[in-house]
Amino acid sequence: MIERISNNQLFQLIMANVKELIREPGVLFWGIIFPILMSLGLGIAFTKKSDISTTIAVVGQTRLISLPSDSASILSDFLQKNKAITFKNDPGSLSVKLTVPDDKLGNTHFIFTEMDWPQAMVLLKRGNLNMLLDEKEGIIQYHFDPRNPDAQLTYLKLSKLLNATGPVIRETNTEVYPLTVTGTRYIDFLVPGLIAMGVMMSCMWGVSYAIIERRSKKLLRRMVATPMKRSNFLIALISVRIAMNFVEAGLLFLFAWLVFNITVQGNVLALIILFVAGNFAFAGISIFLSSHTAKTEIGNGLINALSMPMMVLSGIFFSYHNFPEWSIPVIKQLPLTMMTDGIRSIMIEGAGFAETAMSVVILTSTGLIFFIAGMKIFRWH
Amino acid sequence: MEHAPVIEVSNVYKSFKTVQAVRGIDLRIGHGQFVAILGPNGAGKTTLVEMIEGIQQPDQGEIRIMGKTWKGNETYLRRLIGLSLQETHFIEKLNVWETIRLFASFFSIGKQRCEEVLSLVALEEKRRAWVVNLSGGQRQRLALGISILNEPKILLLDEPTTGLDPNARREIWAILLHLKEQSETSMILTTHYMEEAEQLCDYIVIMDQGKILKQGTLTGLLGEIQDLPVKPVETRRITLDDLFISLTGRHLHD
Repeated sequence: MIERISNNQLFQLIMANVKELIREPGVLFWGIIFPILMSLGLGIAFTKKSDISTTIAVVGQTRLISLPSDSASILSDFLQKNKAITFKNDPGSLSVKLTVPDDKLGNTHFIFTEMDWPQAMVLLKRGNLNMLLDEKEGIIQYHFDPRNPDAQLTYLKLSKLLNATGPVIRETNTEVYPLTVTGTRYIDFLVPGLIAMGVMMSCMWGVSYAIIERRSKKLLRRMVATPMKRSNFLIALISVRIAMNFVEAGLLFLFAWLVFNITVQGNVLALIILFVAGNFAFAGISIFLSSHTAKTEIGNGLINALSMPMMVLSGIFFSYHNFPEWSIPVIKQLPLTMMTDGIRSIMIEGAGFAETAMSVVILTSTGLIFFIAGMKIFRWH
Repeated sequence: MEHAPVIEVSNVYKSFKTVQAVRGIDLRIGHGQFVAILGPNGAGKTTLVEMIEGIQQPDQGEIRIMGKTWKGNETYLRRLIGLSLQETHFIEKLNVWETIRLFASFFSIGKQRCEEVLSLVALEEKRRAWVVNLSGGQRQRLALGISILNEPKILLLDEPTTGLDPNARREIWAILLHLKEQSETSMILTTHYMEEAEQLCDYIVIMDQGKILKQGTLTGLLGEIQDLPVKPVETRRITLDDLFISLTGRHLHD
């Protein structure tokens, strides 16, 4: 019985693909460790409450510290009154740091630095600061790009402080209720995207590139010169890749659960079915993509040309609703968007079969259509 | 040719876009016969072998293997043929034994035959070595071993020793000569090494520009050179290269 199984070509093909996969150290890093590191980095950066530090250039004749001979200054009086910390920064300019404590939103550190206009403009262009402050005839002038949301926020916070008569006090924000429950954090948005992106990249490189490389090295030609069933070759390649995707996604989810307490709020079985449908879609696309070329350079280009736009457009790292209104219906039809949206709806919104059925059907059909089209033009040698 | 035909190539033509790769080839290869197809690069040797192998279709003419055409008989014929290419990159992270077992599974061949082949190509010591770590000669011996796993009726070798050093080449020759003695396999070998053809084969086909210029036994072909208008001036032994020069004015390696 064991001898019979070990002589079976599908078994041997699957084992060959498994061994090739697990013996490649890069797979461990790029497939498992890298997505976990990415979720850790982005999760910490965008989920945990953190202090905000804003540098403001103080330009013109305005001084941070008034001399007794100087006329009254709103800014220097304000800083003096609030006991701001004075220090010299690297280029030797005078800087003053004022911290506005906030229990709920995180502390805000305003760093005022004296500099001339040209130097301030250079730093503005580099993105090192977003606001220039000047004081003329007792009026504070704010210079900033009104389309820059960070600059707008700085303006709103700072103008409120400078217009107030009393000293800066700890913000109690009784009207603010931070939404940090599971499902509303950035990490909750990110992890489903990383899972879907992992499936896409794994299929593109693990199936498409593997086929193109084997064709370019004449291994495909050598294999089809035997009685090997061509379907077995593809079944082995795709099934091992899907199994690997389950392991990768499972480990990423496990990590996110342990570190960020992420859970699946919807139907787990629906999530598994959607995950398989997504794998099927990308496996089909990968077969189509690799159906003809024998040049790895062209394969590289094709894979990047297909995967990079989807990575940017499909809302993996930020919402695709930031794109123009007209493009959103198109973006929603991309396989990566469909898979990501589906996983998000199950994990975050508590969706089930009914809400994701259409995505499952479309993803499966996409895989099937591309697979059939790919096989029609597939070159085995 | 005295042997019963195992391969019959009848008036075969093949073109790729504007290039006529094969132009009206007729060839009959008998049972147990070792045939060398000699010719420079671009002579049409590989295209002819690919058509015999069934991965290219002739534009015109017919190819029969054991009396059967490829159409409708692919599964049957694949079991009869062994193939080794000039350079095949097997899966790098599989070891020698795993690679042999993988290909053996395509023919439903068990471990015993795998062991025999491993011994025949003298790779027992490299059994656990990954393919990526084998030398060029060892890889080619592995490729040859895989091509004879199924004890093929027809063995197709497309420039099996190109790029190998003389020692590695002789190791391959030794394996093939052993096979010639021990089995009834018919072999087609494409090469541009005349010495290889002389050592291994009992029938020589000389091709150039898609056509067969001459075919016959080694002795017969070398005898014909005396009748050709251009003769070698040196007193050294007459070779197939001299015949090729006499026919085309060029060397086999050009």
